[in-house]
Amino acid sequence: MQPILKARDLVKRYGRVVALDSCDFDLYPGEILAVIGDNGAGKSTLIKAISGAVTPDSGKIWLEGREVRFHSPLDGRHAGIETVYQTLAMSPALSITDNMFMGRELRKPGFLGSVLRQLDHKAMESFAREKLNELGLMTIQNINQAVETLSGGQRQGVAVARAAAFGSKVIILDEPTAALGVKESRRVLELIQDVRSRGIPIILISHNMPHVFEVADRIHVHRLGRRLCVINPKDYTMSDAVAFMTGAKEPPPEPLAA
Amino acid sequence: MSETQDYEKAAASSPSSVAVFAAHDQGAVKRIQHALHQTPWMVPAIVLAASILVFGLLLGEKFFSPFALTLILQQVQIVGILGAAQSLVILTAGIDLSVGAIMVLSSVVMGLFSFRYGLPTELAVAAGIACGTFCGFINGFLVAVMRLPPFIVTLGMWQIVLATNFLYSANETIRAQEIAEQAPLLQFFGNKIAIGGAIFTYGAIFMVLLVLFLAYVLRQTAWGRHVYAVGDDPEAAELSGVQVKRTLISVYMLSGLICAFAGWALIGRIGSVSPTSGQLGNIESITAVVIGGISLFGGRGSIMGMLFGALIVGVFSLGLRLLGADAQWTYLLIGVLIIAAVTVDQWIRKVSV
Repeated sequence: MQPILKARDLVKRYGRVVALDSCDFDLYPGEILAVIGDNGAGKSTLIKAISGAVTPDSGKIWLEGREVRFHSPLDGRHAGIETVYQTLAMSPALSITDNMFMGRELRKPGFLGSVLRQLDHKAMESFAREKLNELGLMTIQNINQAVETLSGGQRQGVAVARAAAFGSKVIILDEPTAALGVKESRRVLELIQDVRSRGIPIILISHNMPHVFEVADRIHVHRLGRRLCVINPKDYTMSDAVAFMTGAKEPPPEPLAA
Repeated sequence: MSETQDYEKAAASSPSSVAVFAAHDQGAVKRIQHALHQTPWMVPAIVLAASILVFGLLLGEKFFSPFALTLILQQVQIVGILGAAQSLVILTAGIDLSVGAIMVLSSVVMGLFSFRYGLPTELAVAAGIACGTFCGFINGFLVAVMRLPPFIVTLGMWQIVLATNFLYSANETIRAQEIAEQAPLLQFFGNKIAIGGAIFTYGAIFMVLLVLFLAYVLRQTAWGRHVYAVGDDPEAAELSGVQVKRTLISVYMLSGLICAFAGWALIGRIGSVSPTSGQLGNIESITAVVIGGISLFGGRGSIMGMLFGALIVGVFSLGLRLLGADAQWTYLLIGVLIIAAVTVDQWIRKVSV
């Protein structure tokens, strides 16, 4: 099987710090790939290189077999890659709807939209409401309330809903359950499986081992800026995984294929 | 992973209604705070209405006449137009100290192109507008691409543009009479429409239309939403798909363009082209923006508020002058208003409901 997203020899340096050290990456169609690694291992940089938020110094990325070069997050998004960043990337003073449609606003049909460039607030609101209900992550009273008036968990819910609603090829979730309570986390995990059942592969970055082992098909262990190994969660225990990523244990000799 | 599921079982039997927002009574103060959070122009609107009412009661007919009220519009037209440019920049969490200088240079270009080079007035006006837009582009390029702080960039540009203005014009004024005879188009914004006692200059009408137009653009178009997003959190905006650099450059260019129109309106207002006019434009426009409730930290506020802010200053100046008070009282009260407006802004930001 061909990977839907493939990266080879990615290098990214910040001054003298090497965040990505000729890192490889493979994501196969329809799978949930977890990326785990210690703090500072370069997980976030890897994700940003894939989503377009960071341009790698060297290395190549292929999406569905075609080489891609992203120069901005917008490029990645146009290619069908949606990302929920750890920082959530939302504008606090703007409404939920504004945030969901940032950079891809809907305009009214006809003269109002094409000439007066008027936004179709109604259509965007009903779409946003529908997506949030689908997610079932929260009861939002007012879809036009500012994001800063939401709790941390609700904000995360909006960010996940945004990615799930628009991601067509790949969805990347960077610590999607970090700020969530037990029940909200459960909903996000259900959502992840729901998205996979629609055939869209997911990259999940998480420190939460139970969550990772529950939903992931494969686990990419990241260490010191590169892929240390890829393991199947059925063959290893959580403590093995932690041992690999902290360097307490040597990785298995052959990287596991899909 | 059976032990994983165990701790979640307890949660399954808990009440299933999640995050229902109880509509409990929050008290009047909280409700006001919330309302202001949603409609930030309400404070200046109330202050404006109250100040008109107070001066109306104190002065009666003298103040509360169509003539006096439209006189205020005429007196604030330049500050209002510059304030519109300033609002856009401040919404992106920037500041533009060069608005006044760009305005004067644009008006000088319009004047000199007509009189020194003898070009058709239409062409001279176009050149002035291009000049203002280009100054704005330099600001925008330095802020967005070179990533210099807006305060420093526009502080520098203020001096550069002002000096250019004096060098280029050789500090010469073009007299109103000559303009009226040879290039009346330059005084276009000085034309008046009289309805009863009310006198509306084209410049005042232009100011109101400009603010309404920008209010529409900021609220109803994607570009407008992007301006707010960039001012709110540029990194988040970039990650969620806004072209931050392009938005910033377009904002500064539009600001320069509006300043050039202010320059044109300035010729209409004072009649002549004078390189020494409009020196306080930057400070007065920032005052209007701040009193209008637009946050200096970016991303919050509405341009209508700026118009109300400019009008408040106009009402105070005229009202106190008609009362025979020392002009310093105006400045004192405006200083108080500025500090009060920022205090209210900080309070509104703390809203959590």
